[in-house]
Amino acid sequence: MSLLDYFKTSKTSSASLAKERLQILVAHERTSKNQPSYLPELQDELLNVVRKYANVTQDAIFINFEQDEHQETLELNIILPDNNGKNKS
Amino acid sequence: MARIIVVTSGKGGVGKTTTSAAIAMGLAKKGHKTAVIDFDVGLRNLDLIMGCERRVVYDFINVVNGEATLHQALIKDKNCSQLYILPASQTRDKDALSKEGVEKVLDELSKTFKYIVCDSPAGIEKGAHLAMYFADDAFVVTNPEVSSVRDSDRMLGLMSSKSRRAEQNLEPIKEYLLLSRYSPERVKLGEMLSVEDVQEILSLHLLGVIPESKSVLNASNAGIPIILDEKSDAGQAYADIVARYLGEEKPHRFIEDKKGFFGKLFGGK
Repeated sequence: MSLLDYFKTSKTSSASLAKERLQILVAHERTSKNQPSYLPELQDELLNVVRKYANVTQDAIFINFEQDEHQETLELNIILPDNNGKNKS
Repeated sequence: MARIIVVTSGKGGVGKTTTSAAIAMGLAKKGHKTAVIDFDVGLRNLDLIMGCERRVVYDFINVVNGEATLHQALIKDKNCSQLYILPASQTRDKDALSKEGVEKVLDELSKTFKYIVCDSPAGIEKGAHLAMYFADDAFVVTNPEVSSVRDSDRMLGLMSSKSRRAEQNLEPIKEYLLLSRYSPERVKLGEMLSVEDVQEILSLHLLGVIPESKSVLNASNAGIPIILDEKSDAGQAYADIVARYLGEEKPHRFIEDKKGFFGKLFGGK
């Protein structure tokens, strides 16, 4: 342990911070890049269909697209309101 | 058939033109007939780095538009008879380049040249897109710095989807990492991303590390490609890169901190 090492360990290295930020960012940008371009439109149309039967808001619908070597998965998650029965026409 | 190499990065100022000039000269000096093309229409600089700015008569756009023949526009390098430079136009804007025009020029060059080095402009606009579109190999010049790494990743994404090889379902462009302006001292202090960090993030094959070096500015001041400065560390790094690209086994250099007296005193081990 040299004198310099003592000072080095006393502060977090900015390089490791850079690496961590980049890894998160690059992973995120790679997944969004591979997403089909129709996703926002699909989300909109699905929302309209669901709205015919239940009073849901824009925020209550989540679409998640995942891709691995073998398959592509489209995950759809809709949170229905508590009193959804009353809203059915 | 020529092998088409694009030197690209996304981000500006990382060393694309320095690299284009160096590797084109390196390939030519190994005896391969090489052409280097400046794709930065409106902001040409390759001529300055190659030291032929006063010999430019016709340019890339003139050839594309049929106003000059390729033979008239190509500038023979003063240091190496195997090397030719095709400068970009300084006055026209980027729309002057078309995919068909570029393809025509590349096809003609392919008949007589072994390597064609395309010096890409920064950004992801038309000039950068056309520079990489016909490429067989890509030299991705990256600095160990967050914005440069991110932009390189973006460029890699574009090459895997928007290039000729991608569109025609051919074998993908071979991508290589050239990590430039590297400072082993700062890596050791934890102030700079290491070569392993960058490789891990971009998952690219490392062709070489070019150390941060004062000789690069001296070379560009004089208009002499840095690879001709055989005494400089950066020049040697580029010579290694060319050799590795041509299939020679060369151990990587300039990655470790070469410690001086003070380094030994404070650096332990």
